[in-house]
Amino acid sequence: MEENVLVEMKNIVKTFPGVVALDHASLTLRSGEIHALMGENGAGKSTIIKCLTGVYERDSGDVYVKGVEGNVYCHSTMDAQKIGIATVYQEVNLCPNLSVAENLYIGREPRTKLHTIDWRTMNRQAKELMERMKIEVDVTRTLENYSIAIQQMVAIVRAVDMNAKVLILDEPTSSLDDNEVEKLFNMMRALKEKGVGIIFVTHFLEQVYEVCDRITVMRNGKFVGDYTVAELPRVKLVAAMLGKDFDDLAAIKKEGEHTASDEVLYSAENLSHRGTIKPFDFKIHKGEVVGLAGLLGSGRSELVRCIYGIDNSQTGHAEMEGKTLKIHMPIDSIRAGMGYLPDDRKLDGCIAGLSIRENICIALQARAGVFHRIPTAKQNEIADKYIKMLQIKTASRETLISQLSGGNQQKVILARWLATNPKFLILDEPTRGIDIGTKTEIQKLVLQLASQGMSVIFISSEIDEMLRTCSRILIMRDGRKVGELDSKDVELTQENVMGAIAGGETE
Amino acid sequence: MNAWKKIRKNPLFMPILMLILVLLINLFKDPSFFAIAIKNGVLYGRLIDVLNRGSEIAILAVGQTLVVAVSAGTDISVGSVMSLAACGGCMVLAGYGNTSVTGIVAPIAVGIIVGLLFGLGCGCVNGAMVAKLKIQPMVATLILFTAARAIGLLLCNNQIIYIRYEPYQYLGNFLPGVPIPTPIIVTIIVIIIAQLILKKTALETYIQSVGINSRASKICGINSDRICFICYAICGLCAGVAGMIASSRIYSADSNNIGLNNEMYSILAVALGGNSLAGGKFNMAGSIVGAYTIQAIMTTLLAMGVSTDQSPAIMAVIIVIIVVIQSPVFREWFAARRAKKAEAGKEAE
Repeated sequence: MEENVLVEMKNIVKTFPGVVALDHASLTLRSGEIHALMGENGAGKSTIIKCLTGVYERDSGDVYVKGVEGNVYCHSTMDAQKIGIATVYQEVNLCPNLSVAENLYIGREPRTKLHTIDWRTMNRQAKELMERMKIEVDVTRTLENYSIAIQQMVAIVRAVDMNAKVLILDEPTSSLDDNEVEKLFNMMRALKEKGVGIIFVTHFLEQVYEVCDRITVMRNGKFVGDYTVAELPRVKLVAAMLGKDFDDLAAIKKEGEHTASDEVLYSAENLSHRGTIKPFDFKIHKGEVVGLAGLLGSGRSELVRCIYGIDNSQTGHAEMEGKTLKIHMPIDSIRAGMGYLPDDRKLDGCIAGLSIRENICIALQARAGVFHRIPTAKQNEIADKYIKMLQIKTASRETLISQLSGGNQQKVILARWLATNPKFLILDEPTRGIDIGTKTEIQKLVLQLASQGMSVIFISSEIDEMLRTCSRILIMRDGRKVGELDSKDVELTQENVMGAIAGGETE
Repeated sequence: MNAWKKIRKNPLFMPILMLILVLLINLFKDPSFFAIAIKNGVLYGRLIDVLNRGSEIAILAVGQTLVVAVSAGTDISVGSVMSLAACGGCMVLAGYGNTSVTGIVAPIAVGIIVGLLFGLGCGCVNGAMVAKLKIQPMVATLILFTAARAIGLLLCNNQIIYIRYEPYQYLGNFLPGVPIPTPIIVTIIVIIIAQLILKKTALETYIQSVGINSRASKICGINSDRICFICYAICGLCAGVAGMIASSRIYSADSNNIGLNNEMYSILAVALGGNSLAGGKFNMAGSIVGAYTIQAIMTTLLAMGVSTDQSPAIMAVIIVIIVVIQSPVFREWFAARRAKKAEAGKEAE
């Protein structure tokens, strides 16, 4: 082990039922560096961190920590803290109803002779600590009086004061404004000077280039590379994150390009949702597959949620087949002929305690209305049809959806929308977290549906997938539509799309 | 053996077994508990008593089940709402300010309907607070829990209204010429209507879907808020029905005592019926069995001569036993023990 290496993780393997979350992943952290851990969702960033901090136990692989003999196994976050590894999450794990000082010293309060808490000493020490970190707070006020940024800093100060050598910041900036981010960065730089090693997980590219020294990129649970910031310009970073190599899926060819008719199915002008997505225009033709590309948090999902009416649009207007749409909630969209497969399968998709049959029929039922119950025989027929068509692997249609694997759950939710026979289907990450075989099936299905005249929005973090299915790709960045690539005008290639995502900045 | 397994897996198995166990205590203690006789042309006996007296809790349990399923919360105002409905209904029948009347100023049907409307209104208030304003169910219903009885007292001019007019007692006692107590008939009607609504429309699926995952349900096109509101409204209406029955039993509107503690019994009935208080899937038949189990315990204790002051203590013990037997931890332990025994048996062979 090199002299200044703090943590070295090698060949970490971690599997969950049905998924390999980490496939021989590695991570090396040196003292006095801010190390960005980058990768799209499902790349394994959180998993590798959780393997380090003892939330998960790894299946195999080695972890070395400076100052600890041999291979390190942490069984809980307490274990990790003992050897100097502390984590600060996006949601602060402190007690908002206690004072700043109490939060700093909770569990290790200075005591008086009578063994009561020595408030005076505690407040004085807390004050000194915060002053040293140049954070202006009144340590006797309760934590909830302060912004999330301050709360995070308190959590960091607490961790550092407990002799953390390794500090893991898991997306600390996602709920902060620019000013607060700057404060946090100053603090991170100060800690770096002290020799603390910081692992910084974020989705914001700018921030990586602002504070980080090194970058580790992960993709699909695998280690892609460990680079210094200087040797990895933005375009290359995006390429590394998204994976330039064509995978086994390349087999699908686009059959009959430009099957889309010239007839506009849906068009929107100036739709927006405050706080998530800036005003945008959107248009889709009959039988067209449009992709939305952009990194996570770029507003891809927010855009479709706005179209579908989950986040109501506060401005603008939309039309479908020439008729003005009035959408207040999803049922209006469904009645207009839309379907939406959400990206968060567990939270927004599955209705866990219900059977496959009920999950498939629910949107159709909602469209029919509460007084027009679909007869059980008809429900069985619909469920059986889609179980067969999408090859859903299940013992029976009455099996609970929660007992299926991720890919099969996704097929059930897809079936839910196909059953409503939509004209306009929105698929947000339909292939996330599912195996390659199913991915290919879903892509084929999308092309087949489009050839039958269905219009589809297809969102995916994997660019190849969109290249294979879409004839037009919109580029999103920071909640804004920043570009559009039409296969009629330019050839859709990895380079074009990635260049557009990274912000037109090339080497 | 296979059929036995099927029966055991039925969600109703445990609740019914518990009811039978409670009734069995009587078989050993005093078999006359099960005697049913006809006196003065009406059915008479402890069992009939259980069915009759359990009506209010059973009707409340119907509404409470829906509330628990849709919102993973409980409506703790139902007992007070019963009392308010009774006061509202009686006030209309007796005329405001009258405390004891022998004739009525409005048709009985009008009085009963007004009572039901009071119940429905309270349900709507609760529903609006939970579904629209997103107030925690416990807090939202706490408001009417404390306020409804006071409002009832206002309606009754701070008195107990007595309606000494025979037909008013039909609802809580017997209809002329009918041997079965009216509350039992009303309960059956309420259960049938509830089942028809749940099974013939898609409401049951909607309620379960919203209770399990209201976000996903919304995306599927279900108006989650409205479904939640409807459940609270139904619960309030059920409380109205129960309140009118309770009032008719004692031909009066006793604001302080009608429906006392009934909110807790109704929640307990839902739990005893094997329903998770975390919402989602529900089993209404279980709740109704649970309601009669509670009444069976109360009647049994009464039959044994336990004073009404002490009976809650003994009731608590019995309920703790029932809840423990039904708990997943105990069931797992029992299953593991059985598996061990089976294995030991095999080895012995």
